[in-house]
Amino acid sequence: MKADSNIAGKDPVYVADALIAEDIDAYLEKHQHKTMLRFITCGSVDDGKSTLIGRLLYDSKMIFEDQLASLEADSKVSGTQGGEIDFALLVDGLAAEREQGITIDVAYRFFATDKRKFIVADTPGHEQYTRNMVTGASTADLAVILIDARQGVLTQTRRHSYLVNLLGIKNVVLAVNKMDLVDYSAERFYEIVSDYSHFAKQIGMDSFLPIPISGLKGDNIVEKSPNMAWYQGPTLLAHLEEAPLNDAVMQDYAFRMPVQWVNRPNLDFRGFAGQIGAGQVRPGEAIRVLPSGKTTRVKSIVSFDGNLDQAVAGQSVTLTFEDEVDCSRGDVIVQADEPCEVADQFEATLVWMTDAEMLPGRPYLLKLGTQTVTATVTEPKYEVNVNTLEHLASKTLGLNAIGVVNISTDRPIPFEAYATNPDLGGFILIDRMSNATVAAGMIHFALRRSQNVHWQAVDIDRDAHAALKNQKARVVWFTGLSGSGKSTIANIVEKKLHAMGKHTFLLDGDNVRHGLNRDLGFTDADRVENIRRVGEVARLMTDAGLIVLTAFISPFRSERRMVRELMAEGEFVEVYVNTPLEVAEQRDVKGLYRKARSGQLKNFTGIDSPYEEPELAEVVVSTVDLSPEEAAEKVLEYILR
Amino acid sequence: MTTNVASQTGLSAATLTHLQRLEAESIHIMREVVAAAENPVMLYSVGKDSACMLHLAKKAFYPAPPPFPLLHVDTTWKFRAMYELRDRAAEQAGMKLLVHHNPEAVEKGINPFDHGSLHTDMWKTDGLKQALTKYNFDVAFGGARRDEEKSRAKERIFSFRSANHHWNPKDQRPELWKLYNTRKAKGESIRVFPLSNWTELDIWQYIHLENIDIVPLYFSEPRPVVERDGLLIMVDDERFRLRDGEQPVMKSVRFRTLGCYPLTGAVESEARTLPEVIQEMLLTTTSERQGRAIDHDQSASMEKKKQEGYF
Repeated sequence: MKADSNIAGKDPVYVADALIAEDIDAYLEKHQHKTMLRFITCGSVDDGKSTLIGRLLYDSKMIFEDQLASLEADSKVSGTQGGEIDFALLVDGLAAEREQGITIDVAYRFFATDKRKFIVADTPGHEQYTRNMVTGASTADLAVILIDARQGVLTQTRRHSYLVNLLGIKNVVLAVNKMDLVDYSAERFYEIVSDYSHFAKQIGMDSFLPIPISGLKGDNIVEKSPNMAWYQGPTLLAHLEEAPLNDAVMQDYAFRMPVQWVNRPNLDFRGFAGQIGAGQVRPGEAIRVLPSGKTTRVKSIVSFDGNLDQAVAGQSVTLTFEDEVDCSRGDVIVQADEPCEVADQFEATLVWMTDAEMLPGRPYLLKLGTQTVTATVTEPKYEVNVNTLEHLASKTLGLNAIGVVNISTDRPIPFEAYATNPDLGGFILIDRMSNATVAAGMIHFALRRSQNVHWQAVDIDRDAHAALKNQKARVVWFTGLSGSGKSTIANIVEKKLHAMGKHTFLLDGDNVRHGLNRDLGFTDADRVENIRRVGEVARLMTDAGLIVLTAFISPFRSERRMVRELMAEGEFVEVYVNTPLEVAEQRDVKGLYRKARSGQLKNFTGIDSPYEEPELAEVVVSTVDLSPEEAAEKVLEYILR
Repeated sequence: MTTNVASQTGLSAATLTHLQRLEAESIHIMREVVAAAENPVMLYSVGKDSACMLHLAKKAFYPAPPPFPLLHVDTTWKFRAMYELRDRAAEQAGMKLLVHHNPEAVEKGINPFDHGSLHTDMWKTDGLKQALTKYNFDVAFGGARRDEEKSRAKERIFSFRSANHHWNPKDQRPELWKLYNTRKAKGESIRVFPLSNWTELDIWQYIHLENIDIVPLYFSEPRPVVERDGLLIMVDDERFRLRDGEQPVMKSVRFRTLGCYPLTGAVESEARTLPEVIQEMLLTTTSERQGRAIDHDQSASMEKKKQEGYF
């Protein structure tokens, strides 16, 4: 008899634990002590992933009669099992996806046995969805990698395994599925396991557990398969019930807790709330607050249910200190004699998660633990081809690309290598304009120079330089389309300042592009780097006390903002030379618009590359309404007021 | 019951139980919101999930009261017992309770007898949007769980809504580790679901273990009901319109889910205590939402409602 025919019948599988009916209190007591395992299933579209998950839900009695009835009805209409129960329909969620017949996002499913509750991250096997798999894997204690026994180890299997390993999952199950379709052949199974071992070694995966299964027929899922007596290992579910948990492993590590929130209900209470990332803590223990490095002792572990004697990795707690030590959101509380590192430059692997490609030099927000800082990313040292594991040269990272980069943050942050402690080594990058999560990152190590380079304290500081010149240092940043009149106006402004005895310097495309930036072209990435360098030069010049005028198209808001943030408050004056595209194109002083329109010039701002108008410019001058002289006067008025 | 979730860790550094892990995660999520939001609120619907969520909030911010108000988007058609618990729970938590009634629905006298699905659309969907806009809340906690319904399995814990409260399932941010990206543009708001990873059984077990106060309607007792369209409907007040031939009868019933009383089906039951309720739940073979009239339309209806702004 086929396993499937059971399902439509009188419900032989749905047999509740006898204890429920006999002694509910005993049952509840038993189930209070369950642990929880999170795992991810990875496989290609046809590996039977949804079927396997449906089977686990079904066999663990997580499917109700009404759901079963609607499943039976759905199976007849849109099932792929010829009218028989299609387990995949249980887990394919959104309507649009159902129509396409594939899952396209991360979905979380729940089932439980007497020993454990399980959360399954179901992620698609489609090539373009690396980002979903990485997302699902980031919270997993274990990964189940599915292989179709007929197909063996495929490119996708390699990709999934690489990602699982990259995300640091130590417990890997190789589920060789559809064994029913290869006559439950031991030979075929061992052939696949041997192929996979070879590959696992290549990527540095220490161990994995191979299990021959059939999700459709239920072989070695819950019960040992009578069809594969040659297999002596555990069933899939038995293994899931026994596999070690990340939180438990992290308890043996030194104490780490990122501070989420400072609890100050009144003047007498000051508690530091957070979720313990590693180790354990008890009242009286010496701790250190990073990055400041101040030390004190834990006074109490406060909770709604009374003070605790101890708390461990995974728990959300509130700590109070013996002494008044500065500590706020973003800080990390660590064991005093075993602190983690603090640095501002790192090597890390990035997984790029958005359509807009990475722009080296652009400032992104970096969130790690509970701290959010500004960070810039270098060009990739290399990009990894996840199919072949080759290292490729690359200037940027696109959607689903994985690469190794250096990252520098605007201030030192406490961290640990991802491989040691994912809680302080995993981070996300956020675009400051769109607020999108653009990348996931994993820190390898801090760069040496970040710990060794210290700022040279100088006696003659920037104020001293400016005071001698009897002026206030400034950066007057002209932005606008090509041909809008930036340089013309900036020139007039400089002449007038000069006539007043002010010390100025004008940076423009001509004196920068030919020297300092002659290695840069006009791609988005190069434009970002161009502006970054100009910004740094301008800053050095303001340190020297100069009034710096710059005339660059500088089309992106985030770079203009980056430069603004390099300067002291009020020092940066953004001047938007507002000339409509039609007007600038009509003037076409240098003939560039004509070339761009005819396709001879690529990435031309306003034509095939965007210009993002300033939202908060200090001065806006319209060259349609004002002459260059009048525009210059308006700018001067602002600078000198 | 003297043991609760926290005291189980106690002396040995044992592995956390599933409820301890879920509790810790929910608390972490709530604290992230409070650290990032300008004006957060907790949507409180008086059901068992809301009760759980409120309890977790008390734990998350103890000894301070939860630093946000409770918002009940009311339809005026809830069970009387729900209103009683609502007021008591808010007071005990030391939180401000905001109750919103859609003024248009008040004016038009929208009710479940005459207006069908318009009743839910106006009181709940429109009412929620109005309240969020009125008070300028930028983050709203909701008690939805991923196990409730297929389309919810894919919803993020932090779910972003456009300025007009729409949900776009294609444009949700990836959630890695426990790093929630809480940044949003002006006018955008976030719905946050701290119970995402809880199942119905987890909720019941937690309520049992933590002794959480829930509406007595979850427990069986003799109540006046009529049978209508296959559902047992309780006659909770004099506004109930009896059809020809209908006569309320006393039956021992309880509710598995709570909403507007004329739309919520009761189940016949003898379960008078929490363990008995859990026992019954574990032995039944129909899923939770079956008693709720709103889902009966079509299989993907929740998803549609969600895109329109229903929680």
